[in-house]
Amino acid sequence: MGDQIVLNHVTKRFTTKTLGDIVAVDDFNLSVHEGECFSFLGPSGCGKSTTLRMIAGFEDLTEGEIELCGRLVSSSKKNLYVPPEERGLGMVFQAFAVWPHMNVFENVAFPLRIQKVNKTDIVKRVNEALHHTSLTGLEKVFPGDLSGGQQQRIALARAIVTNPKVMLLDEPLSNLDPKLRETMRFEIKALQRKFNFTIIFVTHDQSEAMAISDRMMVCDMGRIMQIDTPENLYNKPCNRFVHNFLGESTFINVVIKDGKVYPKGHTEQALDLRIPDDAADEMVVATRPNEIALTGPSVGGYKTHVEKRIFLTDRTEYLVPVGDQLLKVQTPHRVAFAQGEACSVHLVDPMWYPADDEAADKERARRQLF
Amino acid sequence: MSGYGGVSADLAAVEGRKHMNMDKVMTVICFILLLIIVVIPIFMIIYNAFFYEGKLEIKLFTEQLTEPNNLAAMWNTLKIAVFTTIFGTIMGVFYAWLLGRSDIPAKGLMRALFNIPYMFPPFLGAMAWDMMFNGRSGYINKLLRELFHLKAMPININSVWGIVFVEVSYYFPFVFMQVVSALERMDPTLEESARIAGARQRQVIWKITLPLVKPAISAGALLILTTSLAHFGVPAILGYAKRIYTLPTRIYEVIYNSGGSFDGIRQGAAISVMLVVVVSLALILQNRILASGSYDIIKGKSMRPTLIKLRGAKIPLLLLAILTLVMIVIVPLVMIVLISFLKAYGLPLKLENFTFAQYQKVFAANGTMASIRNSLFLSISAGIICMFLGTLIAYVVQKIKPRGSGVLEVLSMLPYAIPGTVLSIGVILAWSGRIAGINLYNTIWIILVAYLARYLSFSMKTSSAALLQVHSSLEEAARVCGASHTESLADVTLPLIRPAMVSGFFLIFLPAMREVTTSILLYGPYTRTLGVQIYSLRDAGMIPQAAALATVAIGIIIILNTIVTKITKDKKGV
Ligand SMILES: Nc1ncnc2c1ncn2[C@@H]1O[C@H](COP(=O)(O)OP(=O)(O)OP(=O)(O)O)[C@@H](O)[C@H]1O
Ligand SMILES: [Mg+2]
Repeated sequence: MGDQIVLNHVTKRFTTKTLGDIVAVDDFNLSVHEGECFSFLGPSGCGKSTTLRMIAGFEDLTEGEIELCGRLVSSSKKNLYVPPEERGLGMVFQAFAVWPHMNVFENVAFPLRIQKVNKTDIVKRVNEALHHTSLTGLEKVFPGDLSGGQQQRIALARAIVTNPKVMLLDEPLSNLDPKLRETMRFEIKALQRKFNFTIIFVTHDQSEAMAISDRMMVCDMGRIMQIDTPENLYNKPCNRFVHNFLGESTFINVVIKDGKVYPKGHTEQALDLRIPDDAADEMVVATRPNEIALTGPSVGGYKTHVEKRIFLTDRTEYLVPVGDQLLKVQTPHRVAFAQGEACSVHLVDPMWYPADDEAADKERARRQLF
Repeated sequence: MSGYGGVSADLAAVEGRKHMNMDKVMTVICFILLLIIVVIPIFMIIYNAFFYEGKLEIKLFTEQLTEPNNLAAMWNTLKIAVFTTIFGTIMGVFYAWLLGRSDIPAKGLMRALFNIPYMFPPFLGAMAWDMMFNGRSGYINKLLRELFHLKAMPININSVWGIVFVEVSYYFPFVFMQVVSALERMDPTLEESARIAGARQRQVIWKITLPLVKPAISAGALLILTTSLAHFGVPAILGYAKRIYTLPTRIYEVIYNSGGSFDGIRQGAAISVMLVVVVSLALILQNRILASGSYDIIKGKSMRPTLIKLRGAKIPLLLLAILTLVMIVIVPLVMIVLISFLKAYGLPLKLENFTFAQYQKVFAANGTMASIRNSLFLSISAGIICMFLGTLIAYVVQKIKPRGSGVLEVLSMLPYAIPGTVLSIGVILAWSGRIAGINLYNTIWIILVAYLARYLSFSMKTSSAALLQVHSSLEEAARVCGASHTESLADVTLPLIRPAMVSGFFLIFLPAMREVTTSILLYGPYTRTLGVQIYSLRDAGMIPQAAALATVAIGIIIILNTIVTKITKDKKGV
């Protein structure tokens, strides 16, 4: 399997009147393999759409180059930009972008008409595309009379009708209700298996990304945090941000003194943890609330009490003080502790990260002014 | 909305008669006012065109219809309106696209500048162009003739094409403004997905962008068409010299020549009917050609459109846009100001021929200050009265919805499609003593009545739009809190639509300030408006004085506009 989409040191800066320079995309390096489903995941404003639009050819690059199927399509140094219509892509937008002045058939036939495909082939290929997106029978209807899900299918049919090698999807499901999102997700995967195209899928919904992708990229404020399979991203997040962004997380700030780990500011009782070799004096310990064991105080572990007990539908959540920090613990309902009851917590194999990154917090605050 | 009908009916029942009376009173007032302002003048025109002393008499109408001068005028009217519409639409769409979709520099500034031609009174523009390119005495014509040793004047603005040119210059903003705002509201991914589908930039413009803004284009084009058909000022100023008439100027000519006699007015009424027929035909035709649905091209997220790179064409196009503005705004303005300082019209534009005397003369003449006062009085009172009346009608139509509310709406919109000249004749026929002995002829009130008819639809439209957005639940919430019907109207609904009412006022005040089409037929010795005064000064050959007053008028318009923009900027509507 070859690399189909390659980004080399891609950077995009916007100059705004209110905030000055914004680095929307900062030195992105990534390659997406043929036939892969690759997701861009990250909070709002992290640069997902900008990256996608650069791949599509709608934005110039401040620095770097992009290759599509082995062809250089964007390069800031050579000032070379292949226009979007010559990149041979399929793309589906968040707001569907189906043309209200054309009926379903005309919408889907448009790319073929532009390519001057002959009439009989157009009819055949459009019907095929409509068939695969379950739109058969709606050819003569105008998009204004259709539901959001149907409009999104038109956009999909229009994208697959030219048989592109690469499909760019910018939050294609975010305007649909949850049920429909799930169905459409399966349909997209089914179409991918059938036509064997490469997908870049932009979303800020982590479970959607997890379910659909082979690999994904998590980014924050224009920087790539980690690129890996969903499983690895969840199990081995490379930093605190990724840990927090995927799944539920709980953190303890700790200090390491005389080979022992204490909650920051409280040296009465140590946490029973193995210290990694490269640990600094101050660290953050991260784990999943449902991976923490909660036992009676006699069993060992870190002795504390239940500060607050919250009954969730499928499990019980406890907030447990560790030093002056609150640790979030989730257990099955049968492990029942009352509010105020004494208990012990056991952290099993947590992740270790450097202490808080103030520079990132400042930058986030600056952008939030927007 | 209909779901709330039941609730308000219940509340009505609780409050019983009081509420019903209040609604009824408002409805009846609306009907009576529209009867007086709109129905009677229109009826009088039709009656007088076809009846004489109570008997049906087609002769007058057929006479006028077959009169060659009238037919020629009709043909000119059509020709001018059609070409003005075509060229104005092309120009408006082109500049809208340039400012809305390309990467042309200084966009914000350019947008503001492109609104100026809209505020510039077209008949003053015509005056300026006549000064420059009059077929006999135009200053630039003379200059060109000397420079190139020509025998004849190179350009003759006193022609159908000259009229079309000047009208296009000042009417293209109708299309421009509509299309620019449609482009701004349009979801840019509609265009981007066409690029992805393989279409080149040019194909996207033709196959996606233009079809999607077609509703906006046709709305603007319609406005140009009806305005041009009914317009008096430009053809009057440019056409008279070469005896080129349009129906509005022909109506004025007929009445003027008859010295305002009843016969002349009846002839005018007959020609008016022709004009109304032409306007209606144009409207039907336009509907046929440009019939199109309105699409939902507006999507929630505000996105930045990808701007199209003009590359090499950037500077030439920027220059073209600037040149256009200079041509249609700056050059006429400079010309008018220069002429206003001349000792006598026709003298070369040299420093030794310049003087302030014209300004002194204009202001010494007793008509001048009176005309400014009249115009201020008329436009302020028409603005205020229409603001309340339009809101009242809008409220009755939108919220009370009595039987016949559709009729109300149509009646209030009717004058919008009826040319100002025609309206004036109807007002003359109605209010010069023939009905209940009321004779307003030669008073300022007859102009006010005509303004009310002409501008009522403006305020009614803005108030209607605002009222539609005040959900009836808001008023009902107030009623549930114990407010009476009147109180809820005064405390909830009115404050919510006040910004719309204010903008309705200015929508009337500004054009009324510079109006000539209606008042030219209605003014008396002491009731000249600013526009009429300028027109008569020029008509009497006192061109530098006319230019001086025009300069003052433009100054007033600029000051008022600045104030209006200041006021409306910090007001937020519903
Ligand atoms: N044309 C532009 N001009 C100026 N700033 C821009 C422009 N386009 C994007 N930005 C900025 O770049 C940053 C990244 O934007 P981008 O649209 O890529 O975010 P995103 O990850 O797609 O977010 P979302 O999830 O909200 O869609 C944001 O801070 C945004 O404000
Ligand atoms: Mg985005």
